[in-house]
Amino acid sequence: MINIKKSGEPLFHISKRQELAKWKRILFTLAAVALSLIIGAVFCGIVSGNNPVYFFKHLFDGVFKTKRRFWTALRDMALLLGVAMALLPAFKMKFWNLGGNGQILMGALGTIICMKFLGGKMPDAVVNILMILTSIAAGIIWALIPALFKAFFKTNETLFTLMMNYIAVGIVSYFITKYSNSGSNNILPINKANLPVIGNEYLLTIIVVAVITLFMIFYFKFSKHGYEVSVVGESENTARYIGVSVKKVIIRTMALSGAICGIIGLLLVGSIDKTITVSTANNMGFTAIMVAWLANLNPVTMIIAALFITFVDKGMSTVRMQFSLTNNATTNIVLGFIYFFVIAVQFFIAYKINFSKKVVPGSKKSVKVAKNKKENAEHIGEDK
Amino acid sequence: MVQYLIAAISISIVYLYGCVGEIITEKSGHLNLGIPGIMCMGTFGGCFGVALYMNSLPAQESAVWLLLILSSLFFAMLFAASGGLIYAFLTVSLKCNQNIVGLALTTFGKGFTDYFMGKINMDRFAWASKLFRKSLPFADKLGWFGEIFLSHGILVYVGIAVAVAVAVLLKKSKIGLNLRAVGENPATADAAGVNVNAYKYGAILIGAAIAGIGGLFYVMNYVGGSWENSGTIESFGWLAIALVIFCIWRPDLAILGSFIFGLLDAFISFSNVAFGISFTLAQKEIVKLLPYFVAVVVLVVTSIIGKKETQPPASLGINYFKEER
Amino acid sequence: MNEEIIREKNKEVAVRFENIGKTFFGTVVANKGVSFDLYKGEVLAVLGENGSGKTTLMNMLAGIYYPDEGQIYVGGKPVAIKTPKDAHALHIGMVHQHFKLVDIFTALQNIMLGLDKNKKFNAKKVRNEVQEICSRYGFEIDLNKKIYDMSVSEKQTLEIVKVLYCGADILILDEPTAVLTPQETDRLFGVIRNMRADGKSIIIITHKLAEVLEISDRVAILRKGEYVGAIETKDANQNILTEMMVGKKVELKIDRPKTEVKQPLLEIRNLGVKSDDGTLAIKDVSFYIRSGEILGVAGITGCGQKELCEAIAGLRPVVTGVITHKGENIIGLPPKTIIEKGISMSFIPEDRLGMGLCPSFSITDNMMLKTYDKSKFSLKNHAITDKDGKAVCFFKKVANGTASVINKLPCPFVDRKDARKRSVDLIKKLEIVTPSSETPVRRLSGGNVQKVLVGREIESSPNVIVTAYPVRGLDVNSAYAIYDILNEQKVKGTGILFVGEDLDVMLALCDKIMVLCHGKNMGIVHANKVTKEQLGLMMTGSLDLTEVKKEKNYGIAKDSNLTEVEWENAEKAAKEAKERGND
Repeated sequence: MINIKKSGEPLFHISKRQELAKWKRILFTLAAVALSLIIGAVFCGIVSGNNPVYFFKHLFDGVFKTKRRFWTALRDMALLLGVAMALLPAFKMKFWNLGGNGQILMGALGTIICMKFLGGKMPDAVVNILMILTSIAAGIIWALIPALFKAFFKTNETLFTLMMNYIAVGIVSYFITKYSNSGSNNILPINKANLPVIGNEYLLTIIVVAVITLFMIFYFKFSKHGYEVSVVGESENTARYIGVSVKKVIIRTMALSGAICGIIGLLLVGSIDKTITVSTANNMGFTAIMVAWLANLNPVTMIIAALFITFVDKGMSTVRMQFSLTNNATTNIVLGFIYFFVIAVQFFIAYKINFSKKVVPGSKKSVKVAKNKKENAEHIGEDK
Repeated sequence: MVQYLIAAISISIVYLYGCVGEIITEKSGHLNLGIPGIMCMGTFGGCFGVALYMNSLPAQESAVWLLLILSSLFFAMLFAASGGLIYAFLTVSLKCNQNIVGLALTTFGKGFTDYFMGKINMDRFAWASKLFRKSLPFADKLGWFGEIFLSHGILVYVGIAVAVAVAVLLKKSKIGLNLRAVGENPATADAAGVNVNAYKYGAILIGAAIAGIGGLFYVMNYVGGSWENSGTIESFGWLAIALVIFCIWRPDLAILGSFIFGLLDAFISFSNVAFGISFTLAQKEIVKLLPYFVAVVVLVVTSIIGKKETQPPASLGINYFKEER
Repeated sequence: MNEEIIREKNKEVAVRFENIGKTFFGTVVANKGVSFDLYKGEVLAVLGENGSGKTTLMNMLAGIYYPDEGQIYVGGKPVAIKTPKDAHALHIGMVHQHFKLVDIFTALQNIMLGLDKNKKFNAKKVRNEVQEICSRYGFEIDLNKKIYDMSVSEKQTLEIVKVLYCGADILILDEPTAVLTPQETDRLFGVIRNMRADGKSIIIITHKLAEVLEISDRVAILRKGEYVGAIETKDANQNILTEMMVGKKVELKIDRPKTEVKQPLLEIRNLGVKSDDGTLAIKDVSFYIRSGEILGVAGITGCGQKELCEAIAGLRPVVTGVITHKGENIIGLPPKTIIEKGISMSFIPEDRLGMGLCPSFSITDNMMLKTYDKSKFSLKNHAITDKDGKAVCFFKKVANGTASVINKLPCPFVDRKDARKRSVDLIKKLEIVTPSSETPVRRLSGGNVQKVLVGREIESSPNVIVTAYPVRGLDVNSAYAIYDILNEQKVKGTGILFVGEDLDVMLALCDKIMVLCHGKNMGIVHANKVTKEQLGLMMTGSLDLTEVKKEKNYGIAKDSNLTEVEWENAEKAAKEAKERGND
């Protein structure tokens, strides 16, 4: 009698899916979002001792309660979307531009320099044009430095762009310390040579970003340049082979990326804050990466993602107020939950978990299997 | 000058912990951009451990040095490793993009730390910090040598010992060989019977735990038990990742690299005392950027040289999926 | 032929497969109901076409994959081989086709990788033990050499040593001869016989019939993932095996249509090209391709084929020599110009998904790859006269004028509509199996991907096609479809450079064959006047026709487009241009 070794199959194994239907993908993502919000609600509820159900009410209040909140939210969403649009071409090219913050900050610096030193000395329209030009140029320069090294020496752009953020912060602090209004350590808002107000104070930003977004959608759908970016991102070898200059595309695309970041800096200083601090970029350079990634680098989906992130961000400030969570760090915690869940859901979209048909001991099937195995084993035993 | 070197050695240990942690992680083929967040979580864990121990005592004077260190180390490593666990689960098991998960973890870790640090009772931290800084017993008998090299708290020597140990382990041991193989070519390691996922999890968790001590060290030893926000530790985290490239994935060189970064970092505070150079407030902002400039130069120089032995582990950044055909 | 497994009472079963099934991606069936035995001390050849599931089956024995269905028995006991470690414990070792070695490790470090717990991690001891194994079986190996410095054959030797060191009694060799020269193959076979004599059971996966007949004791045949049957080698011959392998008798003969001999299209003289590591990969190679002929390039993998193709396509800088197309020098031109200049060089890269196609792009977007920048504005002209011939309004004339001006401007947009039309046509013409023209190519099967690639290259009606391994990994029918396409092009007057690996196919398909050995041209022979053995000798460098028959001036066309003086001038000019570039 041969002892049958337990087969001990692995419990499950993972395989790649063919392609999930679109509605299923959306359903998966929504489920992840819902789950993460519930966890966020429970977390906030527990730490503050409030009923987590109110979390959702306050979340909505944060954006929809007053007209002002709504417009602010819309404008901030536009800003975030604008940065995400700036990063999109870089990420399509698989260029990890983590330097959004620095590029925005340099654009902002260019703007404030124009406003501070030229405002009032020239007609506003002229200063405005100079502001636009300097902010774009500053953003481009800040994006081009890592891009050039990446193109010519394959320097790791992930860390390079990160370091450029800190250098930008240093340069801005230098500027602030040097030119701060006496007695304070910051620059008071400058009311000269601001960008024109269209409709209300929020609309200009929204319009500019809408134009940028349309441009990007169009750029990737129809233009040769956009197509080249996708080819480079897909495979540098292929790009080289069909005669696309990878260097040229990297430089051109990062210039575009930097230019749009510069414009966001322009809007932030020229139209919204009218001053500059080291946190003018509000960490949007990072948040926008999440927006682009959560939307799978699809410019249309990115609008939804930006809306959602802004919604949570704004909503959380009301939640904090109502739950008397004075510490603004809770927003980052809840956003962290959302990121983790939505990132994780990509796995369930791309892969399938196959549970092995487990044989329950004592069931009909298991008896049959065991019997078969026994027979086989005996059979082999005869051979020996 | 002596003070300058002391400060430089001290601050360099923050880099060292972060860098060694990241090296271990990267050796398994995972680029962990969550290290800044993990260092923050380690900071919280360590401070939590300190508070837990200190507040359990009737009076702060009765604190025992060893218990304090052990309790804070335990919690620092525990919390940092749980941050690492999130990263490992998402990237190893769920095969999500490493950069994105890392960035998300940094966001989360910062928020987590900023929030919960506010909840800690830090009344006895100044006293605790003195214990952390307690120098080796014979330091003051050895003149300037003792002052520079032996006057530090125990965590400085632990950090250097860890770096040396990791270097030896990677180079000489079976575990090191297997880990390097996992980072170079996971399919090969798998076929050779190495449990790839176990090694990845192990490397990420241990790497995170070590990096987490860096945060603890900064708050309790370097700045003396005060807390502002997670921003500083975050920037240490990023520089530690950049340092990994500088020391070409070798923990022994990380000691040297960290020291150089420590020199740069401490330069601003000692420029006047040690070198007689004084800066205006505005100029200081630029001088503060020295570590970042150097990091950039290092990135550029290593990429231009580009030798085979100085390259990152071959599968760095690429998740391993076994059934891929 | 679902015959019962032949069981011989006097032989001990080492491994038994029983009803093994494996499915990938939920739909691709790799193995289905496979059952057969491996006896102790035999060499069993597992024979099957590409894609017949041989490797998958063996990977399940080696613990790389886990079977969805069925049971494997080792030494009579049912076993679950979940990981390679389990396989080690059962004394099963596999030498994979793509070597599983860590590039930056030394040979010794690779052997020590993943050692069992009960074996001591002691470099000195391991070294001695390995050296003992080497001397027992006659391996030669430098244990301190880094893998990236090793030749293919050295790597393979190391793999076998590694498996033996782990104490394997059952060895699986996956396509071990694919990368070896005939001489190296002989040496390998010697080693296999030694191991058999030592009592080891050996499975050798291959699709080369001659080798099966030479080395194996028994042959098990798989077809489309299913077990067809087994046969004693002494009872088998090529015809029987082929029939079992492909199911029906296939006409092995590939057409070689006769064409008119014309002027040389592409002429290459004294070409020198560097490889990635800076050594000369192509040394002083001269050859030419005429319109309407297929020139095969034979050689062991890595003897400069890739560098040659890339140099022609303008992707790799040339160190010495001249490449001319219709008498015009093309060295130094960017790849785009080489494609554009009416030269229409078509290049099918070795790794088709790596270089020729973008995996996540749709077929349409892949169709545009080479032509996307040629799109132009195409505003339509309005009819300026109506039915009666009367002139219509003035504005339409203005519109037409504007349109014609705009149409001349460079167009920043891609023409996806046209590409879609072309891809739909191609799908129809080459019978590409795909849900639609908008399906990402990574979701197509290998054969269909290859058809998209070859189809796109041919659609641009090139006059020279450079193609490397165009049938790698394809089933017989797809491969023949590709041969037909190439022949069709040849009849049209295209000159084709065919870098291949299967000498039989090259002998049947090509008009002439150039043999490369370590980047050197060993001679160019007419395919119908040469034997396989001769080619083998040339591939290994044992026979150098350029030395033996110096007077023949291999690779120099008598009716060249340029005179000798012009050649010299061209070479001089190329050299000067290079020097100027260096300054």
